[in-house]
Amino acid sequence: MAILILGEHDNSHLNEATSRTLSAALEIGNDVDILIAGEDCAAVAGAAAKLNGVRKVLLCQSPLYAHMQAENMAALLSPLMADYETFVTAATANGKNIAPRLAALLDIQQISEITTVLARDTFERPIYAGNAIQNVRSAQEKNVITIRTTAFAPAEAGADAPVEILAVGEDTGLARFVGEELSQSDRPELSSAKIVISGGRGMGSAANFDMLERIADKLGAAVGASRAAVDAGYVSNEYQVGQTGKMVAPELYIAVGISGAIQHLAGMKESRIIVAINKDEDAPIFQIADYGLVADLFTVLPELEELL
Amino acid sequence: MKLLVPVKRVIDYKVNIRVASDGSGVELANVKMSMNPFDEIAVEEAIRLREAGLASEIIAVSIGPAQAGETIRTALAMGADRGILVKCEGNVEPLGVAKILQKIVAAEAPGLVILGKQAIDDDCNQTGQMLAGLLGWAQGTFASKLELEDGALKLTREVDGGLQTLFLTLPAVITTDLRLNEPRYASLPNIMKAKRKPVDEKTPQDYGVDTTARLEVLETKQPEARKAGIIVENTAELVERLKNEAGVI
Ligand SMILES: Cc1cc2nc3c(=O)[nH]c(=O)nc-3n(C[C@H](O)[C@H](O)[C@H](O)COP(=O)(O)OP(=O)(O)OC[C@H]3O[C@@H](n4cnc5c(N)ncnc54)[C@H](O)[C@@H]3O)c2cc1C
Ligand SMILES: Nc1ncnc2c1ncn2[C@@H]1O[C@H](COP(=O)(O)O)[C@@H](O)[C@H]1O
Repeated sequence: MAILILGEHDNSHLNEATSRTLSAALEIGNDVDILIAGEDCAAVAGAAAKLNGVRKVLLCQSPLYAHMQAENMAALLSPLMADYETFVTAATANGKNIAPRLAALLDIQQISEITTVLARDTFERPIYAGNAIQNVRSAQEKNVITIRTTAFAPAEAGADAPVEILAVGEDTGLARFVGEELSQSDRPELSSAKIVISGGRGMGSAANFDMLERIADKLGAAVGASRAAVDAGYVSNEYQVGQTGKMVAPELYIAVGISGAIQHLAGMKESRIIVAINKDEDAPIFQIADYGLVADLFTVLPELEELL
Repeated sequence: MKLLVPVKRVIDYKVNIRVASDGSGVELANVKMSMNPFDEIAVEEAIRLREAGLASEIIAVSIGPAQAGETIRTALAMGADRGILVKCEGNVEPLGVAKILQKIVAAEAPGLVILGKQAIDDDCNQTGQMLAGLLGWAQGTFASKLELEDGALKLTREVDGGLQTLFLTLPAVITTDLRLNEPRYASLPNIMKAKRKPVDEKTPQDYGVDTTARLEVLETKQPEARKAGIIVENTAELVERLKNEAGVI
């Protein structure tokens, strides 16, 4: 039977997480549809319809879905699932919020953040901050799955699947959107950037993060942070990389003034090349770094900016 | 208003996890166990609401082996009023936990259930959302700020792009994120007092919930280790190697 993907978007752009979800879904089976629910988001449905391998796109537009709140999203999805065997979405903040609610409505035990599809009912997923990997098999008739986007390549565009309009679902009236504070940045998005440069407690202040940002701009990189840097108020929460923050796996990850706690490593150790800059030669980050530089970051960062 | 706070007993976050060589799971023998860190944040938030006069009673619930009673005692020592230990052997999946919690909610009628966003052992990030779905309640996940005003809940959440603020109808389910608060340590007198606070013992059968696992764990493996790299002498060498050896800049 068919697979339904919940598309991730901001009402104007399709997030790359969705094309990665599609790659994972196509490993599970065929007949993959993508639901785009939002407000004035027809262009997003158009973009989803171009992804290779999509059977059709379902488009549901209403202010009810403008911010993809879980209560109304799950109410829309749950009756749709009568026609599908599997629901897949990316383990983004939205995906993590919506999928388990849907799973409970369908009496399904969700499988969170899979990294490998072993068979249509068998998956690999990390547990304990990636310190162990589980192979799990589901004996359920239907499955609800979230995928770790860093583990799947984006699907290519080139197709032209039909877009079907879907009737608006129930308004649960349970939650009302008040507002949001989203960071505005011209830099690439943290979860999909090719290069990420992250700062930790060693950065010492919010002002010092400017040094990382200037280097990021030269490299076309995204800026990330450890939990300690976020807790200290150097940068805001959306910068946090790790077990309970964002997962990243860029071509190049540069950790500056970060000790390398397991919770941080969980979010970046799949990066292709890891660089660590730390003045403590015993910092655990050096155990997983391809290139380590034992030095004071306040000396290294200006040099780096100069040399790039 | 009553508050219900589910607390999970997990391997302490500082412990180095070792995978059993026969692939059966992770080593639990002689390993330090603690309350899931996000649940400490949940207990702390509940106590602050009671201290602000917005809540009357805090009930800590744990589902797990007899030792999960210690996790409840920790919550009581922090300031929770009473506990419910739902005893069962083996792992209960989030759906099973949510179904037990649903029954406890029906019996206790709390105004808020405050859970952690994620248990750091299974890294599932499911239980709160599932409970909210089963109850048909609003859900405020990944909360970094919570304000109760005139019977409504204003909640700030950590989302991918930053922060989002919502009004939720009560009763509601909340899950905590790291920045919600800094949990207190239990003082010695409070640890002593906690020993006398009541803890009910139940089983999943008492609630009529079947906790049979839906997912079969075929194997638990060690992740692939990264090869140790090299230490470079200076910034110039680093840049040179990133350009010419690794080809990443
Ligand atoms: C439930 C839970 C969830 C967590 N989730 C996450 C998560 O998602 N992400 C995360 O990152 N952490 C997470 N943590 C926190 C984690 O355990 C660590 O506390 C955190 O990663 C430490 O951040 P840090 O390396 O910046 O700080 P520290 O450990 O304090 O390290 C600072 C480093 O900077 C170096 N340094 C200082 N000054 C300089 C200088 N001038 N030049 C060069 N180097 C310098 C020091 O040698 C040190 O190694 C979590 C913890 C818990 C309990
Ligand atoms: N066995 C359990 N006993 C009590 N609370 C639990 C249990 N399992 C999960 N929880 C709660 O659900 C949250 C999320 O867990 P999870 O969905 O497993 O990541 C935890 O932070 C706890 O608040």
